[in-house]
Amino acid sequence: MSDIDVKPGQRESATFDRNTIHEIQRAATTGIYDIRGFGAKRKLPNFDDLLFLGASMSRYPLEGYREKCATDVTLGDRFASKPLHLQTPITIAGMSFGALSANAKEALGRGASEVGTSTTTGDGGMTPEERDQSRHLVYQYLPSRYGMNPDDLRKADAIEVVLGQGAKPGGGGMLLGQKITERVAGMRTLPVGIDQRSACRHPDWTGPDDLAIKIEELREITDWEKPIYIKIGASRTYYDVKLAVKAGADVIVLDGMQGGTAATQEVFIEHVGIPTLAAIPQAVQALQEMDMHRKVQLIVSGGIRNGADVAKAMALGADAVAIGTAALVALGCNDPKWDADYRKLGTAAGFYDDYHEGRDPAGISTQDPALSSRLDPVAAGHRLANYLRVLTMEAQTLARACGKSHLQHLEPEDLVALNVEAAAMARVPLAGTGWIPGQGTY
Amino acid sequence: MKTVDLNTSTVRELNQALHDQAKQCDEREWLVTHPAGTHALACGLDQNISVDIEGHAGYYCAGMNQKATVTVHGNAGQGLAENMMSGVVRVTGDASQSAGATGHGGLLVVEGNASARCGISMKGIDIVVKGSVGHMSAFMGQAGRLVVCGDAGDALGDSLYEVRIYVKGEVASLGADCIEKEMREEHIAELSELLQKAAIDEDPKTFRRYGSARQLYHFKVDNASAY
Repeated sequence: MSDIDVKPGQRESATFDRNTIHEIQRAATTGIYDIRGFGAKRKLPNFDDLLFLGASMSRYPLEGYREKCATDVTLGDRFASKPLHLQTPITIAGMSFGALSANAKEALGRGASEVGTSTTTGDGGMTPEERDQSRHLVYQYLPSRYGMNPDDLRKADAIEVVLGQGAKPGGGGMLLGQKITERVAGMRTLPVGIDQRSACRHPDWTGPDDLAIKIEELREITDWEKPIYIKIGASRTYYDVKLAVKAGADVIVLDGMQGGTAATQEVFIEHVGIPTLAAIPQAVQALQEMDMHRKVQLIVSGGIRNGADVAKAMALGADAVAIGTAALVALGCNDPKWDADYRKLGTAAGFYDDYHEGRDPAGISTQDPALSSRLDPVAAGHRLANYLRVLTMEAQTLARACGKSHLQHLEPEDLVALNVEAAAMARVPLAGTGWIPGQGTY
Repeated sequence: MKTVDLNTSTVRELNQALHDQAKQCDEREWLVTHPAGTHALACGLDQNISVDIEGHAGYYCAGMNQKATVTVHGNAGQGLAENMMSGVVRVTGDASQSAGATGHGGLLVVEGNASARCGISMKGIDIVVKGSVGHMSAFMGQAGRLVVCGDAGDALGDSLYEVRIYVKGEVASLGADCIEKEMREEHIAELSELLQKAAIDEDPKTFRRYGSARQLYHFKVDNASAY
């Protein structure tokens, strides 16, 4: 409580701290739950709890600036006749036009295309801006089916059947009235200005056996050309991955609880799902048991921030990663240059998460024309491309240090954990020991 | 007329041949024999052709249909004409769950009964059911018209947006925010036209109209009991 002038001896409750007290007061005043954007903000076991074992005597490193460390990845070659071949395994996660401005969607496409990776639509359909600027565009197939149409399906480079997302496994989407402008409403066939609710379950199938038939239909409609992804929020990951593979997925997208959202109940964001770190080994185990690891590719998202996170996710068995929140930050979200405007909203650069209100000073999570115009899609796209290049080079740096000539050659044996929790979740030894909790080895 | 016998051809071969019509329409009339409940029949069509399926169809028959006229001479499985954009889909028998789900346009006619969630999340499609529909029909329906000449199951029109629902028979119960509304002249005219297009002989004046009360359009504490 050093930031508040109180007399010595006054003590803040660990149980009822200021944030807790504020939330009780807010709930009592408004009678409605707190909705916000961003992802889980609580401290969770994460990639920072892992370290790489660089090569020395027993392993042979690669020369950092001389020897090649490849980064390309092929996604969706299990059944699709036109799989995606990306130059970097860092992809852009699904985010909707509606939640984001058209300029932001265009910038994501520009940035991704500049470095040869994919971007993804969201719960609101495909915009021409996004399609035009995206070399590889993944089209999400969501429970709401807003804007879903076969023409766009055929224009897509891959189809992502969304079962859930890490920020809210088991929950549907929402987009509040401030952001349901005429264009957004038109694309979603909704009245302008309503608080839109998206379904949490698909309307025409109810379980994995049905999903297999649904996937067959999507393949038939697109003549078996497009890779079919299945996106799940991390919860019962081991079983969900097995069922997704059985249903016919080409690619699994696994979104951990640190994954972002444009608008979700705070209680949902912070209390449902499991951390990305815990989910990856479950997914890899499921794939390996089905002899499908590397045959059905695994894309991991939820809290990827730097090249170390990329490399660690891949060492644990991911084929690629996806970024959402970090991509928005690269575009300009929470940029200090807008701090005065953030202050007017009662927040500050670095804290802003009220994406649902549509008043984003950076012009990203808004449909306000004046605010949207603050984001130059060309410049923002270039910033994103820069960031993606840095992530790729950082991951290459670590892979070379581990003696790997391709990012996909990273393996769990390259990792140790800093604490028991991370060792147990990631299933790598506690640093300095051979101990993996739960696996009985010392 | 081109005939495809599914005893000797695969669904893939059928759909590819139908899709190839989108590039150059050489054959406007198609007959599919021995469907035997196969899934994904005649889905993704995008040309003004007619497809007659002589027998029962499985899941997602005529899915995402555009322009084409597809007739199932039998029953149809789950998700009949799901996400249809335009054209006409007709089934002479019964349809399973989620018929016309998320459809954006066109006309779906079910001459028998339709099961649960008929017209779920519909977005502009017109659906005419000669028999009855199951529970949760038109759930979260956004746009379009649902006509039921028989009875409707529980929770009709739950969380409805702007779909107009016409029912001749009994409604077991209405879903959240769905209410009965006045049947005005314009609605009788609209229903009359729909019945005519569907070639179903019913008196539009004997139907009742249901729609959204529009009370759940905004998150309000007063609506807590409805969530």
